[in-house]
Amino acid sequence: MLTFVVRRLLLLIPILLGLSILVFLFVRALPGGPETALLGERSTPERAAAVRAAYGLDRPVYEQYASYMGKVAQGDFGVSIQTQRPVLEEIRNRFPATIELASSAMLFAVAVGIPLGFVAGRRPQSWVDNLSTGGSLLGIAIPVFALGFLLKYVFAVKLGWLPGTGRQDVTITTDHPTGFFVLDGVLTGDLPAAWDALKHLVLPAVALGTIPLAIITRITRAAVQEVSNEDFVRTAEAKGMTKQVVTRRHILRNAMLPVITIVGLQTGLLLSGAILTERVFSFGGMGSLMSEAIFRRDFPVLQGGILFLAVVFVLVNMLVDISYGFLDPRVRGA
Amino acid sequence: MSLTQAGAVASATTVQAEDAPGGLTRDALRRMRRSPTAIIGLVLIVVFVLVAVFAPLLAPYDPTVQRLDLIRPGEYPGPSREFLLGLDQLGRDELSRIIYGARYSLLIGVVSLTLGASVGLLLGLVAGAFGGWVDSLVMRVVDIMLAVPGLLLAIGVAALLGPRLLSVMIAIAVVNVPIFARLLRGSMLAQRRSDYALAARSLGVTRRRVVLNHVFPNSLAPVIVQGTLALATAIIEAAGLAYLGLGSSDPAIPEWGRMLADTQSSLATSPLLALWPGLAIVFSVLGFYLLGEALREALDPKLRR
Repeated sequence: MLTFVVRRLLLLIPILLGLSILVFLFVRALPGGPETALLGERSTPERAAAVRAAYGLDRPVYEQYASYMGKVAQGDFGVSIQTQRPVLEEIRNRFPATIELASSAMLFAVAVGIPLGFVAGRRPQSWVDNLSTGGSLLGIAIPVFALGFLLKYVFAVKLGWLPGTGRQDVTITTDHPTGFFVLDGVLTGDLPAAWDALKHLVLPAVALGTIPLAIITRITRAAVQEVSNEDFVRTAEAKGMTKQVVTRRHILRNAMLPVITIVGLQTGLLLSGAILTERVFSFGGMGSLMSEAIFRRDFPVLQGGILFLAVVFVLVNMLVDISYGFLDPRVRGA
Repeated sequence: MSLTQAGAVASATTVQAEDAPGGLTRDALRRMRRSPTAIIGLVLIVVFVLVAVFAPLLAPYDPTVQRLDLIRPGEYPGPSREFLLGLDQLGRDELSRIIYGARYSLLIGVVSLTLGASVGLLLGLVAGAFGGWVDSLVMRVVDIMLAVPGLLLAIGVAALLGPRLLSVMIAIAVVNVPIFARLLRGSMLAQRRSDYALAARSLGVTRRRVVLNHVFPNSLAPVIVQGTLALATAIIEAAGLAYLGLGSSDPAIPEWGRMLADTQSSLATSPLLALWPGLAIVFSVLGFYLLGEALREALDPKLRR
C-alpha cells in the first residue's frame, strides 16, 4: 500500500513541472503584457521598457522561468498588478469561497444523487427511474449559466425567496476569521450572519451541483444494476439473508466504488473554479478571480491562480486514486 | 392474403435477415434502429442540421436587420403574429436569429471536433502503435493537458487568441485533444493484446499492417461515441465562453451562447428572450448526447448476441 502511494506521488512531479512550464509560456504569450495592463493609454516605448525591466521581462525566458520557480518554491507567487497585493494573499482570500461553494454543491449532488440512483437502479423502468433518467439528461444538456439564470429569475427575482447575488448581505458586518462565511458566523456567535451566508449559498450550489448530480445519479444507477446481477448477490439471497442485509452489505458497498471515484473527480472539477456559476451569482471565489485576471491581463495572478488550481485538481485526483486503493484491494497492484 | 398477414410475413423475413451474423457495424445499426434513444437523438440532430443548412429559406427575416422603431430600452415586444418569438434587445427578429444560430453552433461543433479529434487521434495512434518511450512521452503531455480542467484550458486558449469565432473553435479543439489521444491509445493497447492481433502477427503480417489494418479500425468504437458526445460538449462550452465574453466580438453573429448571455441584463423584464436560445442549446445538445449514448450501447461488444 505504501509503495502504491509513493508511486502515485512520484508520478506527480513530472506533471507539475510540465504544467508550470506550460502555464509560464502561456502567460508570456498572452497578447498585451503587463505594460499594457499597467500603462494602458499612457504607454510609450520608454515607459513600457521600464515596466518590462521591473518585471524582469527583458531577460531570456528560461532565466525568468528559473527565477519564478525559485520564488514559487519559497511560497512567493509574485504581486498582483491590479491590486498590488501578493498573489498568495489574493488566493487565500478567494479560495475559502470556492471551497464553500464546491462542497455545498457536492453535498447537494451526493445527498440527492445517490438515493435517487439507488432507487432507479433497484427498480428499473419505474417512475423514479424514468424521472431521474430524464432529469439527469436535462441536467447535462443545460449550460450551467443558463440554469443559473433560471434559478435566479424564479427564486430571487420572481418569488424573492433567496438572494441571487454575493456571499452575504452587504449590511452584515461580521468578522471573517476563516473566510468561510457560514463558519465565521457560527464562530463569532453571529448566527443570523451564518444563516444569511447559508441562504446565499443555496442557488449557486444547486446550479453548480446539477451536473455532478446528473452524473452521480447515472453512475449509481448503473453500478447498482450491475452489482444486483452479480452471482454473489444471488448467492446471498439464496442463503436466505434478508433483503436489507443484502442491499446494504452486498449491493451498496460494491456499487459505491465507481461512485466514490466520480464524486472525487467531480469535486476536483468544482474546486478548480466554478467560473460560470460564480459570475452569474457574483460569488467572489477563485473563478471570478481568474476571469478578472484574464480581462485585466493581471499575469502574476493568472499564472499563480492556474498553477494553484491545477495543483489542487491533480492532488484531489490523486487522493481519489489512493482512496480507491484502500477501498478496492484489486487496484493496488496496477 | 390480407394486408396484416403480408406485413407479418415481410417482417418475419426481415427479422431472419437481421439475425444473420454480421459485422459489428451491421449489428450496431440493427440495434440502433430498435433503440428509442437513438431515434429521438437522431431526429433532434436531423432537425438541427436541416435548420442550419436551410436557414436562409426558413428564417422569416434577415437576422441582422434592426427594427429600432418597435423597441424601447427595457421593453422588447414578445411573441406576436408578425414576429413569432418576438424581438431581441437590438430589435432583431428572435426566431430568425435562433434559426441562423444553428449554423454557428454546428460550425463550432464540427470544426472543433475535426481539429481536436485529428490531433488527438494522431497522438493516440503514435502512442498506441509504437509503445515504449514514445508512448510515455505522449502520455505525459496528455496527462499535463488533462491536469488543467477543461473550461479553464479553453478560457486560456481563447484569451490567448482573442475574441473571435475561430478562437472558440480552437479552444474547444484543444480541450478535445488529450481526451481523444488517451481514448484511442487505451483502446489500441487493449486490442493489441487480443487474439486476432496475435494471430495476424503469427501469420507473418508485418507489425505496421497489423496496427493499421487490424488494431486501429477495431479501436475506433469508443472514439465514435466520444465524437458524438464531443459535439454536445462543444455547444455547451461555446456557450460558456460566449458568456465570459470570449466568443466572437461581432454582435451581428447570432450565436446561441452569446444570445443567451446577452439576456442577463434584461432577465427581469423579458425572460422569454433567455428561454429561446436556452431551449435551442438544450435540444441540440440532447440530440448528440442521446445519439452518443445509444451508440455506446450499440457498439458495446459485451451486449452483442
